[in-house]
Amino acid sequence: MAAITRTGNADFIGRYPRRRWTVMPATYLVAIVAVGLTVVPLLLVVVNGFRTNGDINNSAAGVPHPWVVGNYTAILGSASFWEFLGNSALIATVATTLTLVLGSMAALALSQYEFKGREFFYTVFVSGLLFPIGVGALPLYLLLQRLGLLDNQLGLALPEAAFGLPITMIILRPFLRAIPGELREAALVDGASRFRYFVQILLPLAKPALVTVGLLAFVTSWNQYFVPLLVLQTSSHFTLPLGTYTFQTQYSQNVAGIFAFTALSMLPALGAFVFAERYIVAGAAGAVKG
Amino acid sequence: MNRSTALDAGLGPAAAEDFAAAGPLRAPWWRRPKLRKRTELTILLAPGLILFVGFVFIPILIAAYYSFFNWSGYGPLNDPIGFKNYSYAFKDPAFIQAIEHTLTLTVASLAIQGPLSIGIALLLNRKFFGRAFLRTVIFAPYVLPPAVTGVMWSLILQPNGFMDQVLKAFGLGGLVQLWLANVHIVLWTNFVVLTWQYIGFGIVLLLAGLQGIPNELKEAAAIDGAGPWEVTRRITLPLLAPTIRIWGFITVIGSLQVFDVVWVLTEGGPAGASSTIATYMDLEGVQSTDFGFAAAIAVILFAFCFVFALFYQRFALRRDTRGALTREVG
Repeated sequence: MAAITRTGNADFIGRYPRRRWTVMPATYLVAIVAVGLTVVPLLLVVVNGFRTNGDINNSAAGVPHPWVVGNYTAILGSASFWEFLGNSALIATVATTLTLVLGSMAALALSQYEFKGREFFYTVFVSGLLFPIGVGALPLYLLLQRLGLLDNQLGLALPEAAFGLPITMIILRPFLRAIPGELREAALVDGASRFRYFVQILLPLAKPALVTVGLLAFVTSWNQYFVPLLVLQTSSHFTLPLGTYTFQTQYSQNVAGIFAFTALSMLPALGAFVFAERYIVAGAAGAVKG
Repeated sequence: MNRSTALDAGLGPAAAEDFAAAGPLRAPWWRRPKLRKRTELTILLAPGLILFVGFVFIPILIAAYYSFFNWSGYGPLNDPIGFKNYSYAFKDPAFIQAIEHTLTLTVASLAIQGPLSIGIALLLNRKFFGRAFLRTVIFAPYVLPPAVTGVMWSLILQPNGFMDQVLKAFGLGGLVQLWLANVHIVLWTNFVVLTWQYIGFGIVLLLAGLQGIPNELKEAAAIDGAGPWEVTRRITLPLLAPTIRIWGFITVIGSLQVFDVVWVLTEGGPAGASSTIATYMDLEGVQSTDFGFAAAIAVILFAFCFVFALFYQRFALRRDTRGALTREVG
């Protein structure tokens, strides 16, 4: 009977008062282990960045003794770190902008018009999911070589934008389609052109989806490694992930420095994630929602 | 009149055609609904389509073409060798080994990360203090650049590094291994690091799927006398199946092309003990400046993904999503 009277309770487990004692501790145990396994390596990297090489050699697991900031200040004072950061930001910005602009234009075409072949074009875009950029890395290298875009940051942004289009279409088109058609009729009757309706009414309404799509594109571009590794050759053109690995191989004796460099390379991604977690998670989950 | 034709053009082709037929023949294009609609569509659709086809489809075709040549990456393509690149690849034990490793990682991802993600997602799918925080933390490794993750773990797993010292501190010194140099375990070291990076994505995905299951169903089953375990097995898991299948698809496609983490951790070594198809391609094709060969490996890798995708679509996904990957999801 108790079960029925508590129907309004969204917390399903409340239905099993006896189980609570076994399930809730298990939940917390799993939660704590998961947080520990995730956070400890990250913290370790940051903390070890504050140690000296001698200190790390003495004991890899321990509190810094003494704490030094030299590793971090040396990297922050070096031109190459900022170069890597700038390249990553430039490439990711161009790729994201292209994905957003071209993706929303195509999504408008495939959601606001009726024409023969619409579903075909949509299928073409979505089939891009079967071609992950890793598979395309070498082919892209060959193509960019032909186009004379090797070792060129913008040459990298173009394919990254192209590979961002499938997920953009999958998230954006259903979103745009769900916006009621009455809105369009009202706008057109009021004398707005279709262009104006798109830009001033439709796209602002689609802002949540656009933010999600843009963040996904940005993070994906920021994290690329395989394609930049093949395409970029001059170290002043390197992205941050590429620069991090290069730093590791070049200064393999300076372990504390590598820790600090790694920590600094993680910061932008983690910072952006904490700031926009809601949108990124929604996008990752929404992308595959049936 | 003009306004209403413009309005119709977007709504239905039939009405628009009527107006076009009735209208004056030499009207400027923007007054001719059918032409205007076609122009608008072209302007909206063409740039994205060109970018997409140009950088997603064309490269594969170029690679397929190059794969029939012996070509070092410079100079003209003047040494066609037919299928020799392919036959050489399949005769190379190192390539067969790379395929085995790739498939091992793929199966392990499904068989180990799968149940783990489902179990954790089920446990976390209830209200408790700090759930939102936990979700954020678990997902965080997924947004880190995989190459940076690789550098991080290579530092942690160094001989006498953090991992070894922690094991010793707990009296488990006997477990200490050359994590990245022992040919018998290096593949599994890579697998653990890959799991660290990607499992949060699976958990968050499955949590989203779980939240889409209406509570009423579970309540009804509970009222009918089903215990929590039975509710999970007979209601929750079957209803979660579509999400699980899509998770499986993403996992397999990701595992088949895995490169970043493995490359940074071990470069596929030592002695190819952790090679994958992608690291083999980079090592034997690109770094050995044998680009025709590398192109052949790329085509083989693509074929793996494509065949898998077709089969998966045909036999697994179609049942519930009616073709989410080829048609609309929403």
